Amino acid sequence: MKTINTDIAVIGGGPAGLAAAIRAGELGANVILIERDFELGGILNQCIHTGFGLSLFGIELTGPEYAERFIEKVYTLNNIKILLSTMVIDIQDKTIYGVNRYDGPIRIKPKAIILSMGCRERTRGALGIPGERPAGIYTAGSAQRLINIEGLMPGKRAVILGSGDIGMIMARRFVLEGAEVLGVLEKLPYPGGLTRNVVQCLEDFSIPLYLNHTIVEIKGKYRVEGVIAEDLVNRKKFSFDVDTILLSVGLIPENELSKKMGVILDPKTGGPIVTQDRETNISGVFACGNVLQVHDLVDEVTRESYIAAEGAIKYITGEKKEERTVEVKPGANIRYIVPQRISLPLDKPPYIYFRPLEPLADCEIVGESDGKVYLLGRTEYARPGEMIKLRLKKEVLNGSSDIKVSLEGERI
Amino acid sequence: MDKELDIVIIGGGVIGTAIARELSKYELDIALIEKESDVGWGTTKANSAIVHTGYDPKPESLMARLNVEGARLFPSICEELDVPYKKIGSLVLTPHNEGFKKLEELKERGKINGVTNLEIITQQKLLEMEPNLSRDIKGALWVKDTAITSPVELAIAFRENAEKNGVRFIFNNKVTGFEIEDERIVEVKTDKSSFRTKWIINAAGVFSDKIARLAGDNSFTITPVKGEYALFDKEVGNLVNHIIFPLPTETTKGILIIPTVDGNLLVGPNEHITTEDDTEVTQEGLEEVLNFAKKECPSLPLNMIITVFAGLRAKALDRGDFVIEPSQAVRNLINVGGIQSPGLSSTPGIARYVLEILKEEGLELSPKLDFNPERRSIPRFSNLSWEERERLIEKDPNYGELICRCEHVTLGEVIEAIKRGANTLDGIKFRVRAGSGRCQGGFCGPRLIPLLAQLLEVPVEEITKKGKDSNLVVGETKE
Repeated sequence: MKTINTDIAVIGGGPAGLAAAIRAGELGANVILIERDFELGGILNQCIHTGFGLSLFGIELTGPEYAERFIEKVYTLNNIKILLSTMVIDIQDKTIYGVNRYDGPIRIKPKAIILSMGCRERTRGALGIPGERPAGIYTAGSAQRLINIEGLMPGKRAVILGSGDIGMIMARRFVLEGAEVLGVLEKLPYPGGLTRNVVQCLEDFSIPLYLNHTIVEIKGKYRVEGVIAEDLVNRKKFSFDVDTILLSVGLIPENELSKKMGVILDPKTGGPIVTQDRETNISGVFACGNVLQVHDLVDEVTRESYIAAEGAIKYITGEKKEERTVEVKPGANIRYIVPQRISLPLDKPPYIYFRPLEPLADCEIVGESDGKVYLLGRTEYARPGEMIKLRLKKEVLNGSSDIKVSLEGERI
Repeated sequence: MDKELDIVIIGGGVIGTAIARELSKYELDIALIEKESDVGWGTTKANSAIVHTGYDPKPESLMARLNVEGARLFPSICEELDVPYKKIGSLVLTPHNEGFKKLEELKERGKINGVTNLEIITQQKLLEMEPNLSRDIKGALWVKDTAITSPVELAIAFRENAEKNGVRFIFNNKVTGFEIEDERIVEVKTDKSSFRTKWIINAAGVFSDKIARLAGDNSFTITPVKGEYALFDKEVGNLVNHIIFPLPTETTKGILIIPTVDGNLLVGPNEHITTEDDTEVTQEGLEEVLNFAKKECPSLPLNMIITVFAGLRAKALDRGDFVIEPSQAVRNLINVGGIQSPGLSSTPGIARYVLEILKEEGLELSPKLDFNPERRSIPRFSNLSWEERERLIEKDPNYGELICRCEHVTLGEVIEAIKRGANTLDGIKFRVRAGSGRCQGGFCGPRLIPLLAQLLEVPVEEITKKGKDSNLVVGETKE
């Protein structure tokens, strides 16, 4: 088996892996970037809508345009070796086993690993929706791939279950392709994705959003013939005459490889438990992007991946110093926080990323350490569909104990 | 079609294909007619996939005899046809001390049926063997020889081997009637064609009574009994090491927890009488199955379910046994109906038994001298060692290109599956598992649809999930 030694191996060539590889390469490391598809860019390639890059570049780019900026860069760095169409099958003791059609099985021995495998979509099976198993049920991302890459229309009349961002974007995409979208059903009282997508994808196209609704039965044995929906508030059932169901019911960080190598996951995020350098419980193994936490904006994925790359560089150059760690724990109204651990000492306090449990207004973000309470920041609105990013205050880290972060505000 | 066939087999489930393969050992002109576009899409694809030893059918019944014979033949057939077969043993649990009497009865029944390797074990031993079972279980009957297999792969293997030995398979043809002359069926009519034949074997599963009726035979009635299942992620495939049974009742073996040959965990089935085309999963049914299994195995993680499905058992409730016999209504029809559990386990026994009946009925058999009993499965990348993978990719680089990332299925496997007759997405899934993993085809599905169209040389709109109207896309996008 062919063996390659390197400084840093990056697994996954989507936005996270591209950014991590570029930053590590710029800092002088030898990098191997492994991508299972035949091209770099990951899911960005099928995201032909705009909205990418606003915060990082100040302009609105499409997914492929955003990816292109990084792909061009990565090919200019001679210390980055790119392996396309290469699937990583296993990782044992930091040795990566992959395969492709040109090299056959291949073994990569890096000093550090950056995990950037992204996420996958939750399926119908995972929801256990009753009914037969007809054709015409697609996850939103699969439908997006079919339409935008393969050029194929999955159906003519669709209903969308779940109001995640891809679901709303695909509702608009269906309409643009001349298909009908009868509605987007969301079981919670608030939308799952960004407010801007509710406005730009649904409201602007007169696609009804049914909050507090779900699908209770799928009709049709061979092809979808309709669905029965239920209004969860007044328990009323009604039907939609559709041939297609798109599911946008959540994304799951794809951590099968991480688990195989012994990386410990946070049950709340589905991603590894990491320090502010995005280092997992295994020394020298880092994670960034949607494999770590499902992001709303690719710009944040890029920023996070730079952090992970810098962490990996510190690790391989032996600059990493850790005297002790403190845990950052979610308090009231907070679903999860990344990073889950902070490694001390540090030069400047790190950013934390978190999501609220429920929509709130006029919020105070409060940190608690050693029994002392600190006001960390304020936000006008907090919504579960929108990640909040905040720099911790140094004082909170001076204490000896864990840090608890809570959100206080009015429920909306 | 002009030339008269010797035998028409109606139904391409594991039973019909097994009979086809058994009869292909002789110089006979055989066609198998199936209404779906592939083999194994009825009861065969949705059952517990267990090879029972035969300890529990009523002694002297056809079930008892053919189950024991089938279980004995199973390992060698799976070896010949390269189909997974794993003897992992089963445990029949009792939740109370009174249940031990029932376990003794089962053990005794096993002895009468000729089944050995049965042992009653205490709670302590049970929990050593299965630490994830509930502490409320008092003990179990350990049936050491129970095995698991892959019923669809078995049907596919029977088909491939029967085809190699001359049997013709005719798909997408639904039998609609018989032409009868002098108490003999002379022609089998389908919605698309007709077939003249000397003998007819009715292996139509839940539809077998309807096929018999077409010949004026009312001698048995099939009651379709639905069973719902939940399939769990491979990550929890080792939650139990044996097949877990509750105490059986007179009519059912109950809801089971089953390790599968692919490394998943399968939970089910419940039992509800229904119609022959109802394979709908219901909310209530699913809860029934999961709640029951949770009691036996409390740590069963419900968030690890990757799919749910339902299958039908073809029960001849009026007979209480398999119905494998020459029809009394016409002289050349053999009914093979009511093949409910332990039908899969009995498959090799049933195929031989049908052969015996045909002989008794006067069919003359001359062995095919060039019969080839061997069939090799498609190489499975995920099961190979790195050295084997290296050799395979050297020969065919398509085996180095992963197309299903959850189950690690390569392009080489998919192409081979299509070469061997897969013409739908489900056909690929059942042959090489692409799309059967945790993402349920989310990743490989959109890639396989154009690939199928390309290799089958048909427009992409014609590609289906599972034949008939299950088309996957409606056309191309706007320019």
